[in-house]
Amino acid sequence: MNKFSDEQFIQPRICAGASQILLIAEQNLIFCSRPQRKRFGMEEKMREELLKIIERNSRIDLKELAVILGVEEIDVVNELQALEDEGIICGYHTMIDWEKTSIEKVSALIEVRVTPQRGQGFDNIAERVYKYPEVTSVYLISGGYDLLVTLEGKSLKEISGFVSDKLSTLDSVLSTATHFILKKYKDHGTILTKKYEDTREKVSP
Amino acid sequence: MRDMLSKQAVGLKPSGIRKFFDIVSEMEDAISLGVGEPDFDTPWHIRDEGIYSLEKGRTFYTSNSGLAELRQEISNYIKRKQGVVYDPQHEVLITVGGSEAIDIGLRAVINPGDEVLIPQPSFVSYEPCAIMAGAVPVIIELKEENEFRLTAKELEDAITEKTKMLILPFPNNPTGAIMERKDLEEIAEVIRKHDILVMSDEIYAELTYKDKHISIVEMEGMRERTILINGFSKAFAMTGWRLGYACGPREILEQMTKLHQFAIMCAPTTSQYAAVEALRNGDEDVREMCMAYNQRRRYLMNAFREMKLSCFEPFGAFYVFPCIKEFGMTSEEFAERFLEEEKVAVVPGTAFGDCGEGYLRISYAYSLDNLKLAIGKLADFVARLRAEA
Ligand SMILES: Cc1ncc(COP(=O)(O)O)c(C=O)c1O
Repeated sequence: MNKFSDEQFIQPRICAGASQILLIAEQNLIFCSRPQRKRFGMEEKMREELLKIIERNSRIDLKELAVILGVEEIDVVNELQALEDEGIICGYHTMIDWEKTSIEKVSALIEVRVTPQRGQGFDNIAERVYKYPEVTSVYLISGGYDLLVTLEGKSLKEISGFVSDKLSTLDSVLSTATHFILKKYKDHGTILTKKYEDTREKVSP
Repeated sequence: MRDMLSKQAVGLKPSGIRKFFDIVSEMEDAISLGVGEPDFDTPWHIRDEGIYSLEKGRTFYTSNSGLAELRQEISNYIKRKQGVVYDPQHEVLITVGGSEAIDIGLRAVINPGDEVLIPQPSFVSYEPCAIMAGAVPVIIELKEENEFRLTAKELEDAITEKTKMLILPFPNNPTGAIMERKDLEEIAEVIRKHDILVMSDEIYAELTYKDKHISIVEMEGMRERTILINGFSKAFAMTGWRLGYACGPREILEQMTKLHQFAIMCAPTTSQYAAVEALRNGDEDVREMCMAYNQRRRYLMNAFREMKLSCFEPFGAFYVFPCIKEFGMTSEEFAERFLEEEKVAVVPGTAFGDCGEGYLRISYAYSLDNLKLAIGKLADFVARLRAEA
């Protein structure tokens, strides 16, 4: 049985808290950066609907996906292939609440200020940072600093080691500020701390 | 005191839903497909506005007809959606749910003995409210072969000298039926010809899955004879806030406002502030919810096809209305046995009028996972019944 309900799928837009802004910005980039053009296959609107569904539940059965979208299964298969080919679907991940396992994990957000390089902007430095496998995401940010780096490690020590030995020592890095994540309440649009509970009257007109 | 009670009140049939509610409430582990309200929480930004209004101490009565700001937003909204303009000062009234608007709308226009046409199956409150207003309810039985739409012929046949008003319940609870432009044009002609009033309950206007909802008030000569009823319950998932509204010609709205003023004073203030936010910034939420309902609707239609259960395709609200005539049971028998044997609650079609016999109302205001579980049980049940036969 799949555990991702469609309540969750609808939540990010409806209940977006401050912590979701980044995620939504990220999604929007995906939608906006692709040039609008006439295509065969699915209409733009249905494509968006498809993406929204699998963003919440990438394990959804293909037949079921076709049914709820009101199209043929073969169309879904082709569309998914096209989305993968176009690099719009970049992977299928699983949301894991590591807190509930016995495995130790520490994550941190690091604000990084850098000097952009002539002709390269921030791309070069971003690349040097994202190549480290312990780095889970790198965003270019507007405002008080330049790069937002998220990081996963086994311990505080490992993370501070990364920051002091690897990140801060890069030539163009001016400064860093490391924030350790103490608790995840909501991640990728999914509330981790509470289960949905149906409190409605069981029968109503 | 022998005559303690109103004969009219005593004479009202208790709601067919009540009985089911009582059985289901006793059952701990029953799954329900019997709910007539959205499963989504009210979008957070709307709740937040409600909370903010409380923090700021906005805890007083508003004007009888409601916050001017909200009436303005409603007027803008209807203009945007339906292209029809209502004067927010005199032609919009904020009520305690669409429910209150139905009640006072009837009481504002009915004289004893007036006939009110009520197409059924439909929402449970029209008939009792009409009776309590002193009207004689005249039921029009809608047919599955017409996709439960109201046809001009059915309307024409039901009209008499005494007909005062037609209740137009689309998109429909419980059938999910809608009326499209052509359907509305045809009945509008009959309505004009016989010079009757219309109460159009469009509480599910945002939840349609074909073309955009069209209102009877868009038809020629209809605005001046129609009480348009809508609310926040279904579109914005705000049932508990108890907020709806009526729009219509000034003469009628004045009378309704008077009744509202004496019976209610004003709709809940917190809810009114939240509703302003809903209309200003809620479009995207409505779109998302509508998309989710549509996915579930498609899922159900497919599931019925697979289990060969006959069901016309509904394009509105969040209900499907499958036909169970093949099993030779009444709707109530079917629903009771289904509940007993599979612990799934559905509402018998007869709860919405006698002509709902042979049908069930299944709500899809549930997550897909929930629906899957319940529909799996329905498939088992149906297979068992067929094997018995
Ligand atoms: C058709 C119809 N009209 C009106 C209502 C009343 O809604 P509310 O009073 O919450 O606005 C309902 C609620 O179920 C309904 O289904």
